[in-house]
Amino acid sequence: MIGSLVIDLFLFTLLALTALAIARLRNLFAVTILASIFSLLAAGLFVTLDAVDVAFTEAAVGGGISTVLMLGALALTTREEKRARQTPWLALLLCAITGAGLIYGTLDMPAFGSPDAPIHGHVAPDYIARALPETGVPNIVTAVLASYRGYDTLGETTVIFSAAVAVLLLLGFKRRNGGEE
Amino acid sequence: MSHHLVLRVVANLLLPFILVFALYVQWHGDYGPGGGFQAGVVFAAGLILYALVYGVDALKKIVPPRAAIILMSAGVLIYAGTGLLSLLLGHDFLDYTGLAADPAHGQERGILIVELGVGITVAGAMIAIFTAFAGRTPDIEDKDW
Repeated sequence: MIGSLVIDLFLFTLLALTALAIARLRNLFAVTILASIFSLLAAGLFVTLDAVDVAFTEAAVGGGISTVLMLGALALTTREEKRARQTPWLALLLCAITGAGLIYGTLDMPAFGSPDAPIHGHVAPDYIARALPETGVPNIVTAVLASYRGYDTLGETTVIFSAAVAVLLLLGFKRRNGGEE
Repeated sequence: MSHHLVLRVVANLLLPFILVFALYVQWHGDYGPGGGFQAGVVFAAGLILYALVYGVDALKKIVPPRAAIILMSAGVLIYAGTGLLSLLLGHDFLDYTGLAADPAHGQERGILIVELGVGITVAGAMIAIFTAFAGRTPDIEDKDW
């Protein structure tokens, strides 16, 4: 119990420090690498929450692929962030109010991991009871994603496909010397 | 970056494990954590690591841009095709009950197939996007970063 608390505090402290550094820095190369570190720390937090599949998605996409794509974008544009004309006090105020509102909203939430939470009383017991006999798949998450909610996952796959098509339409497979491939 | 000896050796050591782990996540998704999406991104991340060390042209030799486009379309077609197949077998769209004699076994088979479709689409899309980005970026000397 104490051990996981220490790990959580450690990860959250590093996460907050990384976020502050990202907000303060102007060198976009450093910001990109810090964002990658941020993703890796978030992946660590997901592991402590027992969500390993989310953790390695975050590590591979946030820490890996998107960092590489950001670096590619940086190489095409500029590596220094422009200095803001005036300090954006209004934006800071808005963020503070929104953040305070979100924290206020969590006060009413059930305790972390509480078995009485509404989410555990709705369809979850049904899935847990039916998934293995109906699908033969011990991993309930997989059964829900691919079978019970197969429509959603088909939609998500189509979203990824169309996102890739959009990027390819915008960028194309141009060669460096200008020739089309 | 192939002149970085340490980087190249470490990448060579890691690559087989990354790719095998991706396949494990794909085929073991019924039992362990993960599934098609995770497998696809891990596989693509492995190939992107290869491209970072050996250059985009080396990656294009393994996965030509056209192949990446075909892969990402094939995945969606596999998924939607499974739905159509279950329609033809007399069940609802994406109800895999009819894919085997035993309903539960049919579900298991259907889940395996659509997860494979997801994995192929995700890996193909990531590689295609990376190749498109990298093809536009001029080579940068180490000192220029």
